[in-house]
Amino acid sequence: MSGFATFGNELYTGKRSYDFVGAKKIWFIIALVGVALSIIIPAAKGGFNLGIEFRGGSEFTVSNVKTTDAAIGEKAVTDVVSGSVPRVANVAGNTMRIQTDKLTDDETLRIKQGLTSAYGVTDNEVTSTFVGPTWGADVTKQALIGLVVFVLLAALLMALYFRTWKMSLSALAGMAVTMFITAGVYALSDFEVTPSAIIGFLTVLSYSLYDTVVVFDKIRENTSGIDASTRRTFGEEVNLAVNQTLVRSINTMMVAILPVGAILFIGAGLLGAGTLRDLSLALFVGILIGTAATIFVAAPMYAWLRQGEPDLVKQARRVEQRRAGAAERAVPASPAKA
Amino acid sequence: MARTGRKTPGLRVLVWLGVILAALTAVLAGGTIAGQASWAPKLALDLEGGTQMILAPKVEGGSDINEQQLNQAVAIIRQRVDGSGVSEAEISTQSGRNVVVSLPGTPSAETRNLIQASADMNFRPVLLNGDGAAVPPESQTPEDQLPKPTAEPANSSDTNWITPEIYKQFEALDCNSAAAEKSERSDPAKPLVTCEPATDKTPAIKYILGPVEVKGSNIVTSSFQLQQGAQGAVTNDWAVNIQFDAEGTAKFKEVTERLNQFYVAAGGESGTDPKSQFAIVLDDQVISAPRSLAVITDGRPQITGGFTEQTAKALSDQLKFGALPISFDIQSEQQISATLGGEQLRMGLLAGLIGLLLVVVYSLFQYRALGFVTIASLVVAGALTYLAIAILGWTENYRLSLAGVAGIIVAIGQTADSFIVYFERIRDELREGRGLVSAVENGWKRAKRTVLASKAVNLLAALVLYFVAVGNVRGFAFTLGLTAIADLLVVFMFTHPTLQLLARTRFFGEGHKFSGLDPERLGAVPLYRGAGRIRTPEDRPVAVRSKNAGAAAEAERRMTIAERRLAEKQEQLAGSSKTSAKENK
Repeated sequence: MSGFATFGNELYTGKRSYDFVGAKKIWFIIALVGVALSIIIPAAKGGFNLGIEFRGGSEFTVSNVKTTDAAIGEKAVTDVVSGSVPRVANVAGNTMRIQTDKLTDDETLRIKQGLTSAYGVTDNEVTSTFVGPTWGADVTKQALIGLVVFVLLAALLMALYFRTWKMSLSALAGMAVTMFITAGVYALSDFEVTPSAIIGFLTVLSYSLYDTVVVFDKIRENTSGIDASTRRTFGEEVNLAVNQTLVRSINTMMVAILPVGAILFIGAGLLGAGTLRDLSLALFVGILIGTAATIFVAAPMYAWLRQGEPDLVKQARRVEQRRAGAAERAVPASPAKA
Repeated sequence: MARTGRKTPGLRVLVWLGVILAALTAVLAGGTIAGQASWAPKLALDLEGGTQMILAPKVEGGSDINEQQLNQAVAIIRQRVDGSGVSEAEISTQSGRNVVVSLPGTPSAETRNLIQASADMNFRPVLLNGDGAAVPPESQTPEDQLPKPTAEPANSSDTNWITPEIYKQFEALDCNSAAAEKSERSDPAKPLVTCEPATDKTPAIKYILGPVEVKGSNIVTSSFQLQQGAQGAVTNDWAVNIQFDAEGTAKFKEVTERLNQFYVAAGGESGTDPKSQFAIVLDDQVISAPRSLAVITDGRPQITGGFTEQTAKALSDQLKFGALPISFDIQSEQQISATLGGEQLRMGLLAGLIGLLLVVVYSLFQYRALGFVTIASLVVAGALTYLAIAILGWTENYRLSLAGVAGIIVAIGQTADSFIVYFERIRDELREGRGLVSAVENGWKRAKRTVLASKAVNLLAALVLYFVAVGNVRGFAFTLGLTAIADLLVVFMFTHPTLQLLARTRFFGEGHKFSGLDPERLGAVPLYRGAGRIRTPEDRPVAVRSKNAGAAAEAERRMTIAERRLAEKQEQLAGSSKTSAKENK
């Protein structure tokens, strides 16, 4: 703990510094590879594992079953609808989940009864979900609208807040990387994509932006009087800002991810599939990636976008001159930064 | 650096927060005592168990549904569900397209069919009416005295429609108990035995009705207005106007010609012949059965008599449904068992508790005593959120869903985030060598902007999610937005004022080792200026100024502690300084 505070101090003073901005090429390549993989892998796997809300169909959840034998469930379904190929899975503890194709109302009720007796539970322990064929399209449409509306509004908000398009663009780039990689991890994990997962996903976008706003605020503060200063180049100022907020970034991430981790563990471990698990996986992955994207993509990108500006080029030259001058005066401890 | 006022800063804000909390608690307590609210938040179906159906209304002819039609659709379903005796059903619209019906428990197949069915309105002539209560079995008409048809009925008003079976059914019908609705609609070509349910002012009435004469789809529109007297003066009585299309006009003329004869024959105003009445039947229930006072030839009848503005509007709206046959497709249906719901709630709360605990431990670990400020802030935020949810449950019928619980849990982290941003800023200020009181003020000035901007992002996300969310994940967006607002209130009205107060205590102000704001630990080591006195952070600016006047002050402002260190180091190397401050490791 005291180690962490010292770590924070050293980052703040610049005594210890990680070169996030200088090594931007490496981070950009890693991010691009990550994004590319996130597109290729799901495509190669044949898309996402869409939940029943998107596919349409019926789903039954039987709690407190006496036996977790999948065959019993399959039989209960095929007894009512012969030729149906139900997906039966033991999702948690003693909970079974049975997914079928689209059923009629009558079939749904009969299968529900069949499952009740097959697994030896009471009526109260069978939950059924029926999703009509057009619902999935509706859900997908809404999710896409949500995504587009959010990105547009976020872009507007960023533009208003930062007043510089380069910052807005960098923040959105960080968000885009977070978006793709989170989606990629979701596809890779084979978790079902449900409306809950999508909501978690959209929340991640907000987290990603939120995180970037905090770091960019510090960058703006550090670089406000850059023209008159010869101490550091613009890139170095940005890097210092990122370092100075690193402890904040880590703490924020930890504090955000701890409750989500608790939901993920409880949701996945004890309850099986459901709202909690779907939501929390997207959040868990997204918060990690989002924090990293701010540090490794958004901030370096901002430095990179601005480094070619004539004023900043001149300023960088002045910094070099001063340093060269300082070196000539032969001070043993060179002020060059780590 | 300190505030100008002599009063303790922050205290007044804290008092205001206390007032807000007390007021909210009082509102909720008042509601609870009045028996309308409850201390526990209302739970949504997925936590309580029950059935939720999402229905897409379909207008005959396949045209898109507009908002008014959707509201009518909701009204239709509400009437059906209420009529079927299911209590505590909730019916709402979603995304301007769908109707969401939430029912406790598992609905019967009948209720399900009923909800989906198309609205069905028509006009039937009344053959017989009677008191809404069932005739007790002992006084029912004996078998041999039951009315028997003597000939084939000539028209819809012919009492020859009344067979012994129908009469028996009529006598046994009890309109005062909520009868289970039939899933199938009556045959329009046959007589119908049904009720007009009781209202606040009128008791239930039961009827035997003839076959359908005019269909609801023949209604063009309906309106309501204050009735005009003979001289054209507006009276205080409300009236409902109907406008039929050409087919309806012709048929209605025919009906009123026949019915008006019964009316005249029975002695006009004073008459009581039920056959002079025509019943407006919606989903096989009589909603009104006016008498035909005149022959209506222009297809624009006016119904009068005992309406208030509300009842006139209600009838007028119902007549509009008749003009708009809506049926419903079940888009998705979830039946959640109470067992699963209860378990989800338990697990949700457990997850929340564990999450909270982890955050608390982490805060204490990172921020020591300052962590307690985080915890207290979380408690205040929690109290605000809880009160808001409970009050919204009362006033807006807001129900907490599992997704909503998830939103609250996620918010624990997001709420704690604002404190971290703030605390880190204070630490930064301390590292720059400021005293705690001014570090709190300066840190706040900088953190405030960041916190506001970041909460704006959170709120934006919550709003977007709320308005586009489908299914029952809307609760997540709602609690996320709610907690973002609670968080803002807490940071501004609790966390910052509390720190202002704490900054003046010895424990924090002097940077106790466990305060989390220990300047020494934060690298803001008071510089040893060789005068045998450790400069306290508080008087630093004075000390600097006295030593190095203007230039130093300028440098001071420009230099971060990094440069200051470097400069010292160089100084030290040059042998001009005896000791340097003890190095941080």
